[in-house]
Amino acid sequence: MPLQLEIVTPEAQVFSDEVDSVVLPGNIGEMGVLPNHAPLVTTLLPGELSFTKGGATTELALGEGLVEITHHHVHIMTDMAVSDAEIDEAAVEAALQRAKDSLAQKSNAEEVASVEAAIAKSLAQLKLKRKRRNL
Amino acid sequence: MPSTRDIRRRIKSVKSTAQITKAMQLVAASKMKKAQDQAIAGRHYSNLINKVLVNLKEKVGDESHNLLEERTGDKEILLLVTTDKGLCGGLNTNLIRKALDSAGANTTFVTVGRKGCQSIGRLKKDLLADFPVADPASFAQCKTVSKFVLDKFLEDPEIGRVRVAFTNFITTLTQTPTIETLLPINPMTLGRVMDFEGVGGGDKPESAQEDFTGYEFEPNASSVFDSVLPQYVNNQFYQMLLESRASEHSARMVAMKSATDNAKQLIKDLTLEYNKLRQASITNELLEITTAMKALE
Repeated sequence: MPLQLEIVTPEAQVFSDEVDSVVLPGNIGEMGVLPNHAPLVTTLLPGELSFTKGGATTELALGEGLVEITHHHVHIMTDMAVSDAEIDEAAVEAALQRAKDSLAQKSNAEEVASVEAAIAKSLAQLKLKRKRRNL
Repeated sequence: MPSTRDIRRRIKSVKSTAQITKAMQLVAASKMKKAQDQAIAGRHYSNLINKVLVNLKEKVGDESHNLLEERTGDKEILLLVTTDKGLCGGLNTNLIRKALDSAGANTTFVTVGRKGCQSIGRLKKDLLADFPVADPASFAQCKTVSKFVLDKFLEDPEIGRVRVAFTNFITTLTQTPTIETLLPINPMTLGRVMDFEGVGGGDKPESAQEDFTGYEFEPNASSVFDSVLPQYVNNQFYQMLLESRASEHSARMVAMKSATDNAKQLIKDLTLEYNKLRQASITNELLEITTAMKALE
């Protein structure tokens, strides 16, 4: 029985299909998931997710979130999930620069945390985009 | 008996009112489309996170968290989500009535939206805070509200529960005032009312049917709960706000549509009356002329 992968963000259901394997950016490092994985719950850090279906690998940039793995299901709830084609490098870089600039002015711990989260998300997108180009 | 001039004047004023309500109807319709799409798109996420928590709560018996535990304190916070503007039929009235009916003596209110704030103030109820949230609702603004409520809840052990009164969007024509318990988190009951396709809420997700005894947590259960539960609260509250906004614009559109229809009917009636009067006066004049002619013969 293959693995049922479901990715949702607050804006939309990004992906829902059967896949052969998933690699996701877990809280304590990259984690590969194959069918019949032990039930596991962990948080996600901004990074890259890739899944293989019939030999073809697809990659997505993920934001922070939560993943629930059971034997045949992977449920990913995240605040961002974009594919390579959807990333506009210039726009992301501009956003990154803006976030870095505003970081200098923020004093409130909470604001700093949210800006840092935005930076991590932008970096994850850039990393995926650039990796693709270097191949 | 009104003169023809009076009726003409009334027709003119009703016509301009109809124009205004028609314009408002169109504005509300376009906002409604956006708000409905947003609310419906968000349901997937909140359904799934809800299912996962139901699952977790079931499988993780002994590991608990202070946001999950039932409390005995009799104080409560009621978060009232209303609209900023009026002209949306009985939406706010119904919601506020329902909220007040269910509120006890120890209830403190936190409001989102001007209408709720005003009526709570007018009734001299205990108002803790009022938060403005722009339209369309932004997640960041929403987060300040839920964070405020979370902090209050964690600070004061006397607070037994936090409930949210909002308007649940069902269809363009139906919106129901709803009260849900947000804290302490109980995924079994929360989300039951919010769900429409009958998949979330207390229903068991398909993964629960798989046979296994417990979850592993990475790095550990308490840190996962620490990061997930506040997120869950933020998200659920955001979803409730989206539902409220979708309801607001739908209700406004419907209210404005019926106002326009009424105005049109009124114009029709007034025009009929005007024509009758006009004809009567012409007939009268003709009569006078003929009588005058007869008298001269």
